[in-house]
Formats: sequence, C-alpha cells, structure tokens
Amino acid sequence: MTKQDRSRQGAKAAGPGRPDRAATLRAFRQGALAGLPFALVAGPFGVVFGVIATEAGLNLAETMGFSILVIAGASQLAAVQLMVDNAPTMVVVLAALAINLRMAMYSASLAPYLGAAPVWQRGLIAYLMLDQAYSVSYLRYEEGPPMTLSERVAYYMGAITPICPLWYLATLFGALAGTALPVGLPIDMAVPIAFLAMIAPMLRTLAHVAAALVSVLGALALAFVPHNLGLFLAALLALIVGARVELWVAARRRAADQTARAGTDKEGDAR
Amino acid sequence: MSYSTFEIWAIILLIGIGTLALRFSFLGLIGSRALPDWVLRHLRYTPVAVIPGLMAPLVFFPPVTGGETDPGRLAVAAVTLLAGVLTRSPLWAIAAGGAMLTGLALTGVLVVPG
Repeated sequence: MTKQDRSRQGAKAAGPGRPDRAATLRAFRQGALAGLPFALVAGPFGVVFGVIATEAGLNLAETMGFSILVIAGASQLAAVQLMVDNAPTMVVVLAALAINLRMAMYSASLAPYLGAAPVWQRGLIAYLMLDQAYSVSYLRYEEGPPMTLSERVAYYMGAITPICPLWYLATLFGALAGTALPVGLPIDMAVPIAFLAMIAPMLRTLAHVAAALVSVLGALALAFVPHNLGLFLAALLALIVGARVELWVAARRRAADQTARAGTDKEGDAR
Repeated sequence: MSYSTFEIWAIILLIGIGTLALRFSFLGLIGSRALPDWVLRHLRYTPVAVIPGLMAPLVFFPPVTGGETDPGRLAVAAVTLLAGVLTRSPLWAIAAGGAMLTGLALTGVLVVPG
C-alpha cells in the first residue's frame, strides 16, 4: 500500500500538466513547504492513535488498517473509544462517519478549484483529504494569486506529501512503541495547536470571525446531541452565519458608499 | 473490547469506504460545473465553521484532565490563535503554541496525564 502510494505520488510530483512543467513543479514545492509545519503535528497525533489503538486491544494490522484505509485521525480515535466500550458495530461506524461529514463540506468547497481535474486525480485528492492539506490549499486558492488547474492539483499534492507518509509511520511507531512511551507529556494539545494554527490566519473578516465563534459555541452547546452530530449542526449554522454576515457587511458598505455619493451630489445608484 | 476479527475489519472497511465516499462526494459529482453564488458564499466559510467546533471540546474540556477546564491549555490555545492572527502564518502559530506548551509543561503548570 505504502509503496503503491509512493509511486503514485512520485508520478504526481513529475507533474500532471503538459502545459507548464516548471510552474507545476513550483506549485508542488510551495505546497510541500506550506504543509511541512503540519508534519510536526501529524507525527504526535499518529503516535497517539497508534498507542491508544494498541492499548485498546487492536493488533498491528488492524491499527495500521485504520490509519491507511480511514486516514482521518479524529474519527479513528472516536471509533476506538467506542470500541473500548463495546458499542454496537453500526454505532461505531456511524459515529465515525458523523465526525467525517465535514469532509463532504471540504469536498464541496474544493469542487470549484479542483473539480475539473481528471477523475483519477479527484479520487486521489479525495483519499488524501486531511484537514491540514485541505486548509492549507484552500487558503492558498482563496487568497493567493490565481493558479492553473494543474498548479492547484500540484499544490494540494505538495501539501499532503510531508503529512500523509508521516501519518502512516507515526501510527506504526505508536503501535510498536505502545506503552513504552513516557507518560506525562502533554501531547494531547498538539492536535488543537495544529488546528488552531490552520484557522487563525483565515480569521481576516468579520464574517469569518462570526462563523468561527458560532462554530465553537454551537459545538459546545450541542455536545449533548448523540454520535457527534452536534458538530455537524454547529458547522451548518456557522456556514449560514458567515454567509449572512458577509451579505450584511456588503450591504452596509454599499449604503455607506451611496450616502457618500449622495453627499457629493451625484446621481443615485443605477440599481 | 470483545469483537471478532471479522467485526473489527468490517468496522475499519465500512468507515474507510464511507469516509472516502464523503470526501469524493461533491468533488466527484459536481466536477467542473459552476455552483450558484449563494452556495459558494456558504462554502467559503467551511474551514472556520468546522474546525473551531471540532477543537472546542478538546480545548475547553480536555479529556486528559477528565473534562475539567485547564487554564494552562486555554492559554496555549489563546497564544496559538493570537500568533496566527497577528502573523497570518500557520508556522509561527505552531511555533508560538508549541513554545507555550513546552514552557508550561516544563514548569509543571500544565496538568498532564499520569
């Protein structure tokens, strides 16, 4: 699996684009550089999962199966937690999938940027859709200078390159080292640090800040909703609030412009 | 844990397939078709709508302290967020948060799992 994956990524590094190989390669390198800091976190997170899964009673193949086939840390941890409680099989599956519902949102928000890529590339992008690679790429697409499609794909693949192999290796390390690791390390905070570091640079408008606040308050207030569906509801609410605030700010700006124009005795808005 | 080997692999495979389906969903089905403006306006907030909520319980009610709010962890989160907003760089945010975390852990301020 790992070998196959590496050869796929190798093929990708060589560039999917006939159009401009150098530009594609540059985008890949930029992506890899942007993804690099998150490797610092994928490491500890993977180790944590490996240790917890092994302690819970999963063997090496099962633990690695989770990290390779599911490749979504938060849902893997939740699944193992429920398995420790001997929850019914379908409850474990549905709870994990509920946490990963956010991936469908990521998928939708990437579609305008990557939807025109060949289906095999979209498949690979989907398999490799981790929060970090997604956030880093999305931030770049939204804010950076425009890129061609093959550059966007290359940037994404670049961002995932330092993170994904490390995720597998760290899980393996955690599973093998297991309880031999020293306790008393606050590695539980590595995950929030990484995620907050991803989000903070995005808090650039009132609408983004409002959406983030609603997300936090909503998730805490709806924590009672079973199977982690509270998070999904909070996220939907936050999306709506973000969009509403954006419209409201734009309307206010238009109104202010109009007042200013009226003040200079100009013709009213053509609309 | 009292599952059979078959059940464990069924769980892994079902979560894996379901997660891949969620990840592929819109990317695969919509493809390059243009989405209406109002949809794009909502999708723009996807990361900030999802990730803060995903992290909030870990920051405010950390599982390692048994769900008890830990001022040290709140401070680490605040420093990370502030550094990220000020520098606009995830790298500096991670550096600041990591430094704060290490500092608090070394001085014994932080509650750590026994």
